[in-house]
Amino acid sequence: MFIDVKMAWRNIWRNPRRTILTISAIAFASLLLVFMLSFQFGSYHTMINASVKINTGHIQVQAQDYQDKQSMHLVVNNPKAIGNILYKMQGVAAYTFRAKAFALVSSKERTYGVVVIGIDPATEAEVSTLKSLIRRGSYLPQDYQNQASPPALIGNLLARNLHVGPGDELTVLGQGRDGSIAATVVRIAGVYSSGMDEFDRSSIQIPLKHFQDVFAMRGAVHEVVAIGKSLKHVAKIKNETAAEINRRNLKHPLVVMDWEELMPGLRQAIEMDLVSGIIFYLILILVVAFSILNTFLMAIFERTKEFGVLMAMGTTPGRLTKLLLIESVSMTAVGIVIGIIIGCLVTWYFQIHGIDIAGSSEILKQYGISGRIHPQLSLISAISGPAVVLLITFLAALYPALKVRRLRPVEALGHM
Amino acid sequence: MYFKLAWRNIWRNPRRTAVILLAVVIGVWNMIFAGALMRGVEVGMIKNSIATLTGNIQIHRKGYRHDPVVENSITDPKEVEAAFEKILPPNAIWTSRVRVNAVASNARHSSGITLVGIHPAREAGVSFIGQAINQGRYLVPDDTYGIVIGRALLDRFETKIGHKLVLMSPTPDRDIASRAFRIVGTFRAEMQSTEKRFAFVTMPAAQQMLQLKNSVSEFSIVLPNSLDNSRLASALQSVLPSNYYEISTWRDLLPMLDAYLKLSDGFIYIWFVVIFIAMGFGIVNTTLMAVFERMREFGLLKALGMKPFWIIREVLTEAFLILLLGMAVGNILGFVSVLALSERGIDLSALAAGTEFAGMSRMLYPVIYAKDAITANLVVFVLGLLVCLYPAIKAARFTPVEALTQT
Repeated sequence: MFIDVKMAWRNIWRNPRRTILTISAIAFASLLLVFMLSFQFGSYHTMINASVKINTGHIQVQAQDYQDKQSMHLVVNNPKAIGNILYKMQGVAAYTFRAKAFALVSSKERTYGVVVIGIDPATEAEVSTLKSLIRRGSYLPQDYQNQASPPALIGNLLARNLHVGPGDELTVLGQGRDGSIAATVVRIAGVYSSGMDEFDRSSIQIPLKHFQDVFAMRGAVHEVVAIGKSLKHVAKIKNETAAEINRRNLKHPLVVMDWEELMPGLRQAIEMDLVSGIIFYLILILVVAFSILNTFLMAIFERTKEFGVLMAMGTTPGRLTKLLLIESVSMTAVGIVIGIIIGCLVTWYFQIHGIDIAGSSEILKQYGISGRIHPQLSLISAISGPAVVLLITFLAALYPALKVRRLRPVEALGHM
Repeated sequence: MYFKLAWRNIWRNPRRTAVILLAVVIGVWNMIFAGALMRGVEVGMIKNSIATLTGNIQIHRKGYRHDPVVENSITDPKEVEAAFEKILPPNAIWTSRVRVNAVASNARHSSGITLVGIHPAREAGVSFIGQAINQGRYLVPDDTYGIVIGRALLDRFETKIGHKLVLMSPTPDRDIASRAFRIVGTFRAEMQSTEKRFAFVTMPAAQQMLQLKNSVSEFSIVLPNSLDNSRLASALQSVLPSNYYEISTWRDLLPMLDAYLKLSDGFIYIWFVVIFIAMGFGIVNTTLMAVFERMREFGLLKALGMKPFWIIREVLTEAFLILLLGMAVGNILGFVSVLALSERGIDLSALAAGTEFAGMSRMLYPVIYAKDAITANLVVFVLGLLVCLYPAIKAARFTPVEALTQT
């Protein structure tokens, strides 16, 4: 075996130019795959985290059917109890309560129908990025009892449509949980901009306490939103919370949903992007494989006489095949290793510095990516692409390697 | 003479030529095909957006786009219609609409929607709604209380066709107008958000409810089979007073889509180059080997008095022929495979939520753009010849003595 490897290695370097070109092709493909996969994973991570932090959280506890119907009668009656479960659980970074209702919001000049969201100022700031998105004015104060009217936050697009800014009053008119008329006047404390148009156009935030009074919620909320220490904890938190809630056997069933269920579009968009990426990579690998097949076929045509000599001296066809496959695998291996090393270095550089996607920031903002994308190097992104390259080039080398078995020593020797 | 020589030379080793041809063919095919898929996504997005009440060109009163309220309506639609008579090409179709934000509610639910007052017959030709009714019926001109809403909105409101729906919206006097409509039909759309957002009533009903007299919010013009509207837009600009009217093309109305299209243009060309690099290694390698194999021959030619430049020309001519042949086959394959798929389209409904999130339509019909096909071929051809320069120069450098001693 050792002698075979040694022979193969020397054979490879008999024509260094050809070998270097072939290895470069393999290294190029591997490098590209490592970088692109890391880039994709990095942007998914950014997308998920951004959407989760602006809006949905990692998991939510809601009344059954609330997600589809968004009806204000479907409530979580005892949010404190759910809060206690989450409080004790490991892996939960923070949680908060929210209540939502549709209402007519009017300024002096304009009226729009929007979603009014009751939030708890202190815990909301731990769960979502809302506080850091305030562009004008300030975040909801903890204590507003001494103010004439309760404070509110508003998205910049809605503020523009309503012709209002910080300090202006808004009249909110809706329907309470018991069917009564819910009306209140709030004063705008701050204007936020998340970059996601849909979010900035369609909602205002008021303190949860005030919301519960106005909309006759009797202490109930619509969503218990929790955020895990990282994405990895989500599955465990979801299962444990669901088990804990089931044990209580509530009269009105509650469900625990994770971000994939809360934003099915996001998950499918990621899948779609990944699948189309994989198709493109396979095509790329196919093109590379052909250039390798090429080199191999040529190398074998060139060496027909040599194989004839080897066979005449008693080398079995099996050993010849083995020799050629070792040549192919070791050449690919060298290329892959170089590709992985350079790929990792390049990716690592951008992982630290980020990539500025100039000109497309408007688009990316809608997906919650603002500023730079940081590729994410992982074992999967570093290994899986090159592994497929190895496999496909091996298959490509199989044909010429098996072809030598059919050589007849006498004919081969006569070959020029 | 050169071509004849080169042509015979490349078939001296048909197997080698076949292998390199295959690499070129796969590269070109892939460029054409992948390009067509990406363009298919784009065209789907554009068509979908234009049909979703956008049109190729829209005309609003100045200020409406930033503040879409009834006060910013066009009060004299006759003026615009007269301009259309003069300017629009015969195949253009247009309609006018009232479009305002409103609140829809029934006994159990309420939600913010966009109320659209339409001319039922004209609208059907202009936007998606004409073919989108899936239950009940479409509006007729004398439907004073009929309303058509999206299927998703109907489900969310837990209501049925024939039931009532109350709409509320501010009037020019800043009162809140409200009016009860009866749901006569539902529509389906590519995007669920469209189904949840738009509710259609007849133009007279909307004008009456909002106390608008004859005013309309917008005009929408559709030019079948054309995406370039700048000429028509500037013609309209010259007729309609610019201090009152604002004329916007779909590129102005959908800046996100426009930005996406530019991004994807760049991506397609980067992809072409990446594929070429992968393919280029193979081309260089094989040509190089072919040249080395023929070292003796080149040495002999040189000994007979052939100039180095002629040898370069000879090698490049061979590469040229192989590239040409590979491109021809690759293009044919590309066009045939795209044609085969574009008949039926690729159904992405299984990923409906994902396509919606990405703003794509559910059916993907690959399309080949002439400029992509030309760019792909140019990339392969020019860069292909360029990389073959290296083996060609190598061949020209062989010295006769050295080459002739090689076996």
